[in-house]
Amino acid sequence: MNEQHHIISYRKLTGIWLALLALTALTVGITRIELGGYKVLGALTIACLKSGLVIAVFMHMKYEGRLLRGLLFLALMTLAIFIGFTFFDVLYR
Amino acid sequence: MTTLKQPKTSFWNDTGKTGIASWIFSTDHKRIGLLYLYSTFGFFLVGVLLGLLLRIELMAPGRTIMGPQTYNAVFTVHGVVMIFLFILPSFPGAFGNLVMPIQIGARDVAFPRLNLLSWWLYIIGAVLILTALFIGGGAPDTGWTFYVPFSARTTTNVSLAVFGVFIIGFSAILTGLNFITTIHRLRAEGMTWDRIPLFTWSLYATAWVQVLATPILAITLVLVMSERILGTGLFDPAKGGDPVMYQHLFWIYSHPAVYIMILPAMGLISDIIPVFSRKPIFGYKMIAFSSLAIAAAGSLVWGHHMFTSGMSDTAVLVFSFLTFIVAIPSAIKVFNWVSTLYKGSISLEAPMLFALSFILLFSIGGLSGLILGAAATDVHVHDTHFVVGHFHYVMFGGSGFAFFAAMHYWLPKFYGRRYAEKPAVVGWALMFTGFNILYFTMQVLGMKGMPRRYYDYLPEFANLNLVATIGSWILAAGLVIMLVNLFRGLLWGAPFEGNPWGGATLEWTVPTPPPTENFLEEPVVTHGPYDFKGTGKP
Repeated sequence: MNEQHHIISYRKLTGIWLALLALTALTVGITRIELGGYKVLGALTIACLKSGLVIAVFMHMKYEGRLLRGLLFLALMTLAIFIGFTFFDVLYR
Repeated sequence: MTTLKQPKTSFWNDTGKTGIASWIFSTDHKRIGLLYLYSTFGFFLVGVLLGLLLRIELMAPGRTIMGPQTYNAVFTVHGVVMIFLFILPSFPGAFGNLVMPIQIGARDVAFPRLNLLSWWLYIIGAVLILTALFIGGGAPDTGWTFYVPFSARTTTNVSLAVFGVFIIGFSAILTGLNFITTIHRLRAEGMTWDRIPLFTWSLYATAWVQVLATPILAITLVLVMSERILGTGLFDPAKGGDPVMYQHLFWIYSHPAVYIMILPAMGLISDIIPVFSRKPIFGYKMIAFSSLAIAAAGSLVWGHHMFTSGMSDTAVLVFSFLTFIVAIPSAIKVFNWVSTLYKGSISLEAPMLFALSFILLFSIGGLSGLILGAAATDVHVHDTHFVVGHFHYVMFGGSGFAFFAAMHYWLPKFYGRRYAEKPAVVGWALMFTGFNILYFTMQVLGMKGMPRRYYDYLPEFANLNLVATIGSWILAAGLVIMLVNLFRGLLWGAPFEGNPWGGATLEWTVPTPPPTENFLEEPVVTHGPYDFKGTGKP
């Protein structure tokens, strides 16, 4: 196998960890603001940011080839479209 | 045993291994394809039997042969078996495995061991589903859709059954991954994307749906289990949950799933029609493109199952509109098939008869689908026998008849023996007649207001129900004739050699039955899949 292991610095890893904690705090905070149906959208946006950070850095997707990244993007886009379309229902009930 | 009669150069025995272990642990795509064929078709027969019992129960008002609880269980198991154990896995699993690698000039699929695992996962899931029928609270009575809140509350064995379906989902995902990789990576020299046979094209589109949509079903079913076992309340309004969300999640997968069921069937029809018309397919690129378009657009229309669920009016409007868009690529296919027939030299042998009836039955099913896709009319016929009739026209008249067409078209190639033509035609004629008497009557009953999944009905529906039940017997008689004829023919029939249908795709260039490695020497493709010049008999 000719896999290259990317070594990420502790500094960067800690930074990502702190960012994840901050976003978690934001998720809790947002529930206290009255946003109606957009509350779900806000929570999902934060969740996307968080999972994006985890996937890119902790799961090393940032350092993978274009094919693997493209395939992951396709799967996530499909999921986003599926969830997005349910908003035609949730937002307009 | 038949295997002894096969020539020593075929996959039946050229490796010298013919015991049961050499089959159930084989990584040869053809053996795995036949394993899928035997297992899925076995379950089909179970489903048929249950369907016939349902029809006998509905033959007259009141109790005929079973009580209401048994009736609920029987229609649930009929649906689960037919959908999850037959139609979904059968086309990719059986004929996809048997034919696709040969059609693109490969020796096997990209991941042969993963392929074997897919079959084993299918069998494990099937065993779990069957176990669920006999232990615990007994057979599930929710309908194949497992709708909450009932599925979260019923005391029948729903948890184990949905776990079985969950496992089968993994089998489908792995098959999809395998096929996508195979079609991308293992095509023979000269097998460019515009020379791929349309059956393989349709499997390619199907594989993407299997990979992208099946995980949603798996997750949804885990949620149902967590609802039942842990009482999570995701779908329970009392706990802040939303029962309509279950319907969204279920149909996000299950609507694309009907395209997993129908797309390979459409691909097969696109292969058969030109061969038996002795004419290149009309609009090759548009048919290939329409498979992808159906897969993509068909994944965005799930809401049309939910017009009466209390979903928002905006969503009803959007999903109704999108549903009509799917009709476009579907119609492209139908018009191209009919254009292929135009001025062709049509030969009405058994595979062609099944293929032609596919076009008619699928069109009736598709058009009745538009009545259901239009929100205004759907509200009137929702949850009536009209839906049952529509679904069977598409799934049985479509996928089922295409499956029979494939059995008559390809199985002689893999067994090296052929069936008798006359009984095949008689079987087809009976099935076609019985089918229409059964399901067209159901559609009329639905229009008159007979609800589906009801154990009993008003006396005014009695006559038509009797007609439908008689239709089911004619259908079953045709099925028996077809099966006996195929069984006898493939085991003891006259030898099937060369390329009697005159197909131009690669599977007709390999020896009959094919050797384990398919090709004696690596093929180089020099013409399109429907370029009939010089192939077979004129």
